[in-house]
Amino acid sequence: MLRIEGLTAGYGDKIVLRGVDLRAEPGHVTCVMGRNGAGKTTLLRSIMGQTRRHAGIIHLNATPLHDLPAHEVPRHGIGYVPQGRRLFGPLSVAENLEIGLMVRAHDPATRERVLTLFPRLRERLDQPAGTLSGGEQQMLALARALCLEPAVLLLDEPTEGLQPSMIRLIRDSVTTLKAAGVAIVLVEQRVEAVLSIADTVVFMAQGQIAETLPAAGLTPDAEPFRRHIGI
Amino acid sequence: MKALVLHLAVLAALAAMGFLLPPYHHGMMARVLVMAVFAIGYNIAFGYTGLLSLGHALHFCAGMMACGIAMREGVAAGPALLLGLAAGGVTALATGLLALRTAGVSFMIVTLMFAQAFHLALLYYGGFTGGDEGFPLPGAARRLFGLDLTQAGPRYAVALVLFGLVLLAQWGLVSSRFGRSLIAMRENEERSRMLGYNPFTTKLAALVISGLCAGIAGAAYGVLFGYVGASFGTTQYSILPMLYVLLGGAGTTLGPLLGAGLMAWLIDAASGLTDSPLAVIGVTLIGLVVFAPRGILGTLRQRGLKWLP
Repeated sequence: MLRIEGLTAGYGDKIVLRGVDLRAEPGHVTCVMGRNGAGKTTLLRSIMGQTRRHAGIIHLNATPLHDLPAHEVPRHGIGYVPQGRRLFGPLSVAENLEIGLMVRAHDPATRERVLTLFPRLRERLDQPAGTLSGGEQQMLALARALCLEPAVLLLDEPTEGLQPSMIRLIRDSVTTLKAAGVAIVLVEQRVEAVLSIADTVVFMAQGQIAETLPAAGLTPDAEPFRRHIGI
Repeated sequence: MKALVLHLAVLAALAAMGFLLPPYHHGMMARVLVMAVFAIGYNIAFGYTGLLSLGHALHFCAGMMACGIAMREGVAAGPALLLGLAAGGVTALATGLLALRTAGVSFMIVTLMFAQAFHLALLYYGGFTGGDEGFPLPGAARRLFGLDLTQAGPRYAVALVLFGLVLLAQWGLVSSRFGRSLIAMRENEERSRMLGYNPFTTKLAALVISGLCAGIAGAAYGVLFGYVGASFGTTQYSILPMLYVLLGGAGTTLGPLLGAGLMAWLIDAASGLTDSPLAVIGVTLIGLVVFAPRGILGTLRQRGLKWLP
């Protein structure tokens, strides 16, 4: 389980997150919502060790992650798919996956599992990643993160700018990962997407957790959505 | 498989040239092979890892000086070559530990400054290093495994064996998992870090391997051609491997050889046409940057020969 308590973090001396508490449990999807600038992306980047931590702790099970250098965090089983995909564009699909696989055990079975989850990538193994469609690039970013065999997967707006069929595909993949016991923290702005997949919805405002609710009781026109993201 | 055949074919062609070339081109080709080893080192740092160094003359000249001074003091050529190899690696490690705290233009300037400081130190301690004039290596000492390196044939053979070993080592390196991590670093350091790679140690390892190649190239140059001097530590010798790599194709295994060979041929040909051969080379390089910015082999790979290593 990923456990964050009292996390205050930001960029240099500029504090963005103030005393954030969050839990992500295996087989559980935690959706983080909030207006622009609420601190959602900074929260994910802080888990990955990419910001400056001023206070608080981040633990994966019994392992403290908060003092690790950024490159050590993925090795402990945290996969991250940042906003904008951030692939190695000139490298092929196969090479992008290879780079993800090398970090941990490089088990051929992992590659096979990932390609089974995203069969479209198998057809494009030799194609440069930069020439894939937006949806395929998102699949590859997700697949590359899965090559780390993560216990926790952080997804930052994975369906942004994708056509409906691709959104369904990504959503189905997340559902499969959830069933496989991966703890998922998903930053998402689309209410329908959140309600179709989330177990818990966490609303952020001004760098703090404003409200945490079970997704089961929420409807698209529920008051918390209006209050926290202005829908 | 195609890549292996290509590498072996190139080495076989170079071996055949050892029997076919006239004496003048024989010497020139041995020089090209040694400089190609230097360029392979540069290619590992720049072509595969994206580290644009302007200070590789330091590692080349450190290797040459360590080997040359050792031979002057009576050490045999074999151990002296190993000293040159180590000197290249140690200088790359020492400068890399500091220079890799910077990036981009700052990295270029810091590496340039290290090389300049080393060159000035060689001049300052000219009594020991021979300074700008350098010193010749005695012919009697230039023997390796019973081969007399003052003779054109053995000299070419040793240069070819060294080049072949370094070429195949480079191919093995860039085809390995570590090689992939170098390419990931070149493409995007932050993305690599996000996936669990340590940029500092990966780039430092690349620089040390690069420095080892430069060091052994410098040492071999001294032993094969019998002269050692601080002039090999000037900025020109930092620029040369970069030009070879850019011309042949950065991030291609055979680009350094092609670049070094073409540049030698261009200088030779232009010298027969004009008193300013470097102007002809300059124009050629500008044309290359404009029309084939990936270098010759890089462009061929981009335009269809995707299997080119």
